[in-house]
Amino acid sequence: MLDFLRARPRLALILVAVLLAALPFLVGAGLGKSWVRVLDFALLYVMLALGLNIVVGYAGLLDLGYVAFYALGAYLYAWLASPHFGLHLPFWAVLPVGALLAGVFGVLLGAPTLRLRGDYLAIVTLGFGEIIRIFMNNLDAPINLTNGPQGMNLIDPIAFGGFALSKTHKFFGFAVSNAHLYYYLFLAFVLVVMFVALRLQDSRIGRAWAAIREDEVAASAMGINTRNVKLLAFAMGATFGGLAGGLFAAFQGFISPESFGLMESIMILCMIVLGGMGHIPGVILGAVLLTVLPEALRYVGDWQRAMLGHVAVDPADLRMLLFGCALILMMLFRPEGLWPSRQRKRELHAADEVAEHESASVYDVRG
Amino acid sequence: MALLEVDRVGKQFGGLAALDDVSLSVRQGEIYGLIGPNGAGKTTLFNCMTGLYSVSAGAVRLEGRAVHNRPPHEVVRHGFARTFQNIRLFANMSALENVMVGRHVCSRASVLGAVLRGARTRAEEAAIRQRAQELLHFVGLERKGRALAGHLAYGEQRRLEIARALATEPKLLALDEPVAGMNPSERRQMAEFFLKLRDSGVTLLLIEHDVKLVMGVCDRVAVLDYGKKIAEGAPDAVQRDPAVIAAYLGGEV
Repeated sequence: MLDFLRARPRLALILVAVLLAALPFLVGAGLGKSWVRVLDFALLYVMLALGLNIVVGYAGLLDLGYVAFYALGAYLYAWLASPHFGLHLPFWAVLPVGALLAGVFGVLLGAPTLRLRGDYLAIVTLGFGEIIRIFMNNLDAPINLTNGPQGMNLIDPIAFGGFALSKTHKFFGFAVSNAHLYYYLFLAFVLVVMFVALRLQDSRIGRAWAAIREDEVAASAMGINTRNVKLLAFAMGATFGGLAGGLFAAFQGFISPESFGLMESIMILCMIVLGGMGHIPGVILGAVLLTVLPEALRYVGDWQRAMLGHVAVDPADLRMLLFGCALILMMLFRPEGLWPSRQRKRELHAADEVAEHESASVYDVRG
Repeated sequence: MALLEVDRVGKQFGGLAALDDVSLSVRQGEIYGLIGPNGAGKTTLFNCMTGLYSVSAGAVRLEGRAVHNRPPHEVVRHGFARTFQNIRLFANMSALENVMVGRHVCSRASVLGAVLRGARTRAEEAAIRQRAQELLHFVGLERKGRALAGHLAYGEQRRLEIARALATEPKLLALDEPVAGMNPSERRQMAEFFLKLRDSGVTLLLIEHDVKLVMGVCDRVAVLDYGKKIAEGAPDAVQRDPAVIAAYLGGEV
């Protein structure tokens, strides 16, 4: 079946397109409307993971504060399109501004960390993520910018003229709910982000990022301006984060600092690691899995109630437990991720090949 | 005018003078050898010339333009490429990609260009690929283009590093111990390769321990000892220099 499709890429593309278009309706009919919202979130996380993948996967800069850019995009959307300041600008004006602002902050964060690598960079970026969150938490005085921990609500939905995505619309007698409409919008954005990421990877800029990841000194000796190229990676990643943040704010209609904690950054990083760092299909798989699986675990609570009469293990705790175990097992048995690029698979399993050859030669001697 | 001019360069690490008042000049089209015992400061001088270290005193000029205390990527842009003593390839990229990275300075597609991939970007990308393939061929690795650089044999990695440096289209190529760890027949091949490189129009600056190889291929040689230049000139003259013999074999007590 797979070989059949591989030989017919155009047919495969049409099949995938039809599947993606029908997915919210299939899921909605089979699992209920709440699962369509889960799909929407999965797409948001795909966008975030693809953005972070540029920084971590391509350029090899471990960024643990990525959620800060998500937060900036979301808050900027809320400032420019909610009753908070009485501004109600259209989404096509707000989203690019949010993405740009996040990109600028990406450079601002990147600039002081240029000399840092690995663990040190991770700690500084982690701090940056927390600083933004704490700012959002406390900027309700002296001037009320963020409404503090209560968050901002009544944020405008995405609307094309009078056509707001927050309402259920009728098409040819079909009722299409807001979750479905956002699904298609997010899908379109995901495709754009994917396209940009793919094109960048396979370009002189993508090669420069990879070179910095591999050996920064050698990269600079090849004429790569490591400062600019690193800042570019930060800016590109942050831009996608800001974009996703704006979409998140519009979709939820409500944001608070709680949504932008450290766990969120770690989750996005896990999506990349689990799926396959630097490999776009893998990153998408990781993002979808880590959004959908925790939701599925909610049923475990219902089962416990049905079978034991009470909830013995809180599904949220169980989630973290399974999560930790899954990560440890991954690191032991499949460090390249679930769906790695062919190259990365080769590099991490080169040792196995050598070992096999060696043991084979031992048998030869015995035989 | 000399292609490369090292003018009274000094380098201090704390109280230690790794380089002290070193001057030399490399002429267009020659193979210039830099030899000296371990710890004489050869690699330090290389790093000072190519922007990896700042100099404490003096100047380095390439075609009359000062390149000392400039970041490495600018030095490369001026036409001065190098390889490393302990090979520094991009191990997890293919051999071809390694050389393609070297074309970075000779291309200019921006983010927008890369995303839109217009006719100009496509043409540039094709040119990068073609030139990289030519260079792989030039160093005899045309059949290894798809192999990961880290998986190549040791001698192949040395040659790949040279191909990658050549991809920046240097006028002057500095090689830091390019035949270290090679057997005699590989060394002979490399020596022939250096001559071929020079004939293709690249001036070579060679750090080497193998005195026989240096004497065989170099037009001129300088000898460093304890951060000072103790001799410079034609290989056979330098070989007979008493100061050089003392540095290598120990002087009279």
